[in-house]
Amino acid sequence: MDFLLASVIDGLLLGFVYGIAAMGLTLIWGVMNVINLAHGPIIALGMFSLYFIFSLLGLNPYLALILVAVLGLLLGILIYFVAVHRVIDAPHLSTLLATFSVNMIIIGLGTAAFTASPRNVEFSLGSFTVGSITLLGTRLVAAVLALAVTGGLYLFLYRTRPGRYIRAVANNRDAAELMGVPSAQILALSFGLGTMLAAISGGLIATFFPFTILAGGVYELKSFVIGVLGGLGNPVGALFGGLILGVLEGIIPTFMPTTWVPVLEFGLFVLILLVRPQGLFGARK
Amino acid sequence: MSGWRKYTGLIVTLLIVLLLTFWPLITGKDITRETIFTILLSVALASSLNILLGYTGYVSFGHVVFFGLGGYVGFYLLSVQGWSLWIAMLAGGAASAILAFLLGKAILRLRGGYFALATIGVNEAMRAFINNFEPFGGPVGMTLNFQVYRDYGGPAQALWLSFYMLAALTIIVVIISYSVRMSKFGLGLLAIREDEDAAEVMGVIAPNVKTWAYVLSAIIPGILGVIFFFKNGNIEPAPAFRLHFSIEMIVMVMLGGQGTVLGPVLGGMGYQSLRGYLLTSPLFKNIQLAVAGALLLIIVLFVPAGVVGWLRQRFPALRRVLQ
Repeated sequence: MDFLLASVIDGLLLGFVYGIAAMGLTLIWGVMNVINLAHGPIIALGMFSLYFIFSLLGLNPYLALILVAVLGLLLGILIYFVAVHRVIDAPHLSTLLATFSVNMIIIGLGTAAFTASPRNVEFSLGSFTVGSITLLGTRLVAAVLALAVTGGLYLFLYRTRPGRYIRAVANNRDAAELMGVPSAQILALSFGLGTMLAAISGGLIATFFPFTILAGGVYELKSFVIGVLGGLGNPVGALFGGLILGVLEGIIPTFMPTTWVPVLEFGLFVLILLVRPQGLFGARK
Repeated sequence: MSGWRKYTGLIVTLLIVLLLTFWPLITGKDITRETIFTILLSVALASSLNILLGYTGYVSFGHVVFFGLGGYVGFYLLSVQGWSLWIAMLAGGAASAILAFLLGKAILRLRGGYFALATIGVNEAMRAFINNFEPFGGPVGMTLNFQVYRDYGGPAQALWLSFYMLAALTIIVVIISYSVRMSKFGLGLLAIREDEDAAEVMGVIAPNVKTWAYVLSAIIPGILGVIFFFKNGNIEPAPAFRLHFSIEMIVMVMLGGQGTVLGPVLGGMGYQSLRGYLLTSPLFKNIQLAVAGALLLIIVLFVPAGVVGWLRQRFPALRRVLQ
């Protein structure tokens, strides 16, 4: 029983981090109907940025995370103007392939620069013991930070002027433009926020798992699953989706071999797309 | 227009495929045969994907699932049950067709990005499942007993046999692709691509037409999977259901020109030649993926119709020759 509880809590903590990765994906989808296939490599870049800032500059990883976030935002805005802006109104295939080509470029350069050997951030916060359950400090902090990021995103979207613009563009881009919203800048900002969330989640994951440049792919696939669970285009749904996935990953191995986890995950994913494509919590649109 | 002139588009495409096929026969070198094998495999897979992607306008990221599943079913019959290659090929194609039919009934209702995501999900679910499926060898896969090749004239002869069968299938898939494009069925698909709702109003029974297009595009990859893994001698989940391979197929279709018969043929040739060049060039060897990505980006942004589409727009006189 204790073992089960520990697995659930561990899964929940991880779920928060999955949640913000998925939130980045779903924000971009919700605002501009683009599935960002460069999501995984950007998560991986978040891991590497944190690693280098921590090991070369010796900064505390959680301070480094702020820098990682800024870099993620700028990278996203750059990607938007270089690769996405020209094809934003083209059929789906164009944006899928444009973002996938960014994926190839990042992976290609990343493999050449960082090689494929795994890295590890040598950082630990020890562990906490509550009753019979032991929790890793880094995971606990990661979950708290993920919650804070979610809160920050919510405040930004609902309490600030650029946030309102983003919601207006997501709702109806043409109408927003007629009201004087600079839609190109807003789309770029939304894309940047999406990649920023990806980079932050990557940075948090790097504090407790080893990684390579290819490590982001797994989290990209998880983000798809979570995004669909919570409803594509629904950032709050993404957080709940992340928690559900985290708990599933915690519970399933207690009664089945771990290798069955992806079968169930992707089975669930396809099932939800079929019976409830708007997600468990309903999308905004 | 009468006689052979009517079929110029098909003839041009077939001539290119035949030239590719005869090249290793002329040189007689094994290395040429292997290169052409890779190119023809790409051409055939891209052409089959084009039926769904180019004609119907549905973006499938999981086309490789048919290649992998067909390969697995055929390989199982060959290595464990000891059936002949011919029956294994038929079974591989049939397995893929059945999967496509069931999937078609279910996920083709989804449109745009949702369909694309669902195909990724199906491929990943299938790979994870095969990874756990003990009759198919689980994570280690299966290996073909060397004795099996004896029935086909020894290992060296089996390589040539695989090559001939691949070439024949490539020709068949090009003919299928051409017939679909010229038929009323194909017109229905093109109408769905342009506007699915309008097509339904005009009397195209979209769900059925889409499903048959999906089945048609799945059969050939299923058979190709059997040939590929028969030649390879072993099969494992990771190479059989490689998502990246799926996306490469899309790139080939886009490169040559989606929705044309010749496009995927040129795209497959172009992509594999380029990849071969980048992998061996001392300058680009380490960053070949990045260079390929940059080229893809340029094509997507500036030449979205692909090589054939661009030529057709630029030189209307070529339209009869380049279908």
